[in-house]
Amino acid sequence: MRWSMVIDLDKCVACQGCSIACRFENNTPVVNPAEAVKGRAVRWNDVFPMPINPTEETGEYPNVKTRYLTRPCMHCDNPPCVKVCPVQATYKDDEGLVRQNYARCIGCRFCTVACPYGVRYFNWYAPEWEEPMSEHLNPDRIEGDGDLEGPAIRPKGVVEKCTFCIHRLRKARARAEAEGRRFRADEYVPACVQTCTGKARFFGDLDDPNSTVSLLAKSPRAFRLLEEVGTHPKVVYLREG
Amino acid sequence: MRLTAPYHPQNKHEGTILSPLRRIALADRWLWAVLLGVMGLGAYAYSRQWIFGMGVTGLNRPVYWGVYITNFVFFIGLAHSGTFISAILRLAGAEWRKPLTRAAEAITLFSLPFGVASILIDMGRPDRALNVIFYGRFQSPLLWDFTAVSLYLFSSVVFFYLSLLPDIALCRDRLTESPLWQRRTYELLALGWRGRPEQFHRLERVLDGMAIFMTMLVVTVHTVVSWVFGMTVQPGWHTALIGPFFLLGAIFSGTAAVVIVLAILRRVYHMEEVLTVSLFNSLRKLLIVFTLGWFYMIVAEHLTQFYGSLPEEMEVFWQKFTGEFALLFWLMFLTVFVLPLIIFVFLGKNRIGWMVTASVLVNVGMWLERYIVIVPTETRPRLISTLMEGMGNYQPTWVEGAITAALFAGLVLLYAVFTRLFPIVPIWETAEVVEAEAPPVQPRRRVFGAGRAR
Repeated sequence: MRWSMVIDLDKCVACQGCSIACRFENNTPVVNPAEAVKGRAVRWNDVFPMPINPTEETGEYPNVKTRYLTRPCMHCDNPPCVKVCPVQATYKDDEGLVRQNYARCIGCRFCTVACPYGVRYFNWYAPEWEEPMSEHLNPDRIEGDGDLEGPAIRPKGVVEKCTFCIHRLRKARARAEAEGRRFRADEYVPACVQTCTGKARFFGDLDDPNSTVSLLAKSPRAFRLLEEVGTHPKVVYLREG
Repeated sequence: MRLTAPYHPQNKHEGTILSPLRRIALADRWLWAVLLGVMGLGAYAYSRQWIFGMGVTGLNRPVYWGVYITNFVFFIGLAHSGTFISAILRLAGAEWRKPLTRAAEAITLFSLPFGVASILIDMGRPDRALNVIFYGRFQSPLLWDFTAVSLYLFSSVVFFYLSLLPDIALCRDRLTESPLWQRRTYELLALGWRGRPEQFHRLERVLDGMAIFMTMLVVTVHTVVSWVFGMTVQPGWHTALIGPFFLLGAIFSGTAAVVIVLAILRRVYHMEEVLTVSLFNSLRKLLIVFTLGWFYMIVAEHLTQFYGSLPEEMEVFWQKFTGEFALLFWLMFLTVFVLPLIIFVFLGKNRIGWMVTASVLVNVGMWLERYIVIVPTETRPRLISTLMEGMGNYQPTWVEGAITAALFAGLVLLYAVFTRLFPIVPIWETAEVVEAEAPPVQPRRRVFGAGRAR
C-alpha cells in the first residue's frame, strides 16, 4: 500500500479542526504563549494563508485575494529529511510513510533544516501538560524495543512529526488480524481526516487505482505543494474553483 | 649497553626557543586562571542546557541552527591554518614556512576539538552521540562530516606529533632541570629518538607523504562541512559554489589566525630573531590573494543569485543585503574585504601591528560570514507564509554567548599551556645544520657485544 491524502481546498473552510484533532490524537506537547511567539509551538498539522501567486502582492483590504492551506506532513516519496538523517531515526517505510523514532533521534536537527515544508518540530524542553490535560492524553502509544513513535510521550531534545496516525494504522491492522481477515485500506484514516468539518480530506491507498485518493489525484485540479523541489509529496491538494 | 649520545641539529636560536619552557611566569598562571574561569562559566551555561533542554538557547522554528553551528564551521575553518602552512606549503617547497609550521599546526590541533565540541553542544541528545556509530547512515552529509573531521583530527595529531619528535628529544636532553613529571613525559614521548641520519631521513619521508594526504584532507574536510548546507534544497544553501567558498574562507581565516599567533609569540616570548618580519611579509602576500579570492567568490555567488532572481532565493538575498542581516552583512564585507585589503596592500608591509589588526578583522568577519551563510536562509524558508507574526528571527541567548566564549577560551588555554611545555618553533626544522655533523654510527655488533662483555 502507498498511503496518501487528498485535501480539497474548495471544501476546506480553514476551521483548524484538523490541527486540534491532531493535537489530541498525537499528544503533541503544548507550549506557553511566550514560547509560541518564538516559533516553538508544535503543530503537526498547520493552517496558514497561502498567496495565490507568491511573486505578486496579494493586495490590501478589501481588495485581497488569498487562500488558506492546511498542511500535514507531505510524506514525500523523495523525502529530503530522510536523506540527511545520520542515524535512520527518520525513514520511509514500505508503505511510503515517513516515520520518526524518538528513541533513536540524536537531536541534530538536520532533518528540520532540510525539510522545505517545515513539518518537523523539535522538543526544546521536555513536554509538560497541566492538569487536567495531563489526565487526558491519548493512551494509544507505540513504545518499547528501541521504538518510540506517534503519540508516545517524547523526551526532550528530539524531533517529531506527523505520522498519518501510525498508531491508528497499527490498531486497524491488529483488529483485522484478530478477526482473521485481510486488512483493507479503507479501515483506517488519520484523526484529521476523520474530524474534517467540510469533508475536505480524503485518505487511502495510491496503489489501488480505484481508490478515492487515486481518482482525485488524477483530477485536473490536483497539485502538490512545492512541486518544483522534487520531493514528490503524497499529499495532493485540489485547487479552488 | 651504551648508546651514542643523541644527536641534535645545531640551531643558534635554540636558547631563545627553549626559554619559554624553562619558567612559567606569574602572568601565565593568571592567564590560565582567567581562561579557566571563562570555561567554567561556559560549563555552567551548558549544564543549564543539559538539564532543561535546547530551549535555553535562542534557537526556534525555523531557525534550528545558529551560533553553535557557526562555531563549528568557524573552528574547523581555523584548523585549516596549520595544514595549509605545513602541508601545502611543504609540498610547494616554500622554505620560508619552516619557523611557523608548528605554531600554525598547533592552531589546527587545538581548534579541531572545539569544532567537534560545537557539534556535540548543538545536539539535542548528546547522550545518544554514539548512535552515529551504531546506526550511522553514510547517505547523510553529517556522517561525511563525522568521518572527515575525525580522520582530520587523527591525522593532524600524527602529523603534529611526528614533526615534534626530534624537538621532544631535544627537550628531554636539554631541559634537565625541569620537574620530574615533565622530564618523564619528554622521555616517554620522545620514543627513544636518537637523531640518527636515517631517522631524520625517514621522518622527512613520512612527513612528505603525509603532507600529500593532509592536503587532500584539507580540501575534503571543509568542502564536506559546507555540504551539510549545500546538500539540502534550501534557498541560499543549495549552490555548488558553497564548497569552494567555504574552503577558501577556511584557509583565509586560518592564515590570518597564524599572523595573530605569530605576533603574540614574537612579543611575549621575545622571539624577534626567530620569527622575523619577513615571515609576516610572506603571509601578507598570501593574505592579499585570499582577500581577493574571497571577493571573487562572494561576487560570483551573489551575482548569480541576483541575476537569476528566483523568488525564494531573492528573499534570502534581500535579507542579507537590506534586511535584518544587512548590518552584519556589510560589517562582514568591511571586516573581511575592504579594510583588510587596504591594510594588507598599503599598510601591512614590514608593519606587524597593522597585519595583526587586519587579521583580527578578518577572523571576526569570517565568523560573521559563517553566521550570515547559515542563519538568513533559515529565516526565509520556501513556504514563507507559514511564518506567523514574530517568527523567522533569531536572537542568541547568554547561554550561547557563554558557551562560545568558553570554546574560544579553551582554544587559547590549550595553546598557551602548550607553548610552555613544548618548543613552539620547530628547532630541528629551522636548524642551520641537520645531517652534516652526524656522528659516525657504530657497528651494531660492537654495541651489542659491549653489553655481553659486562
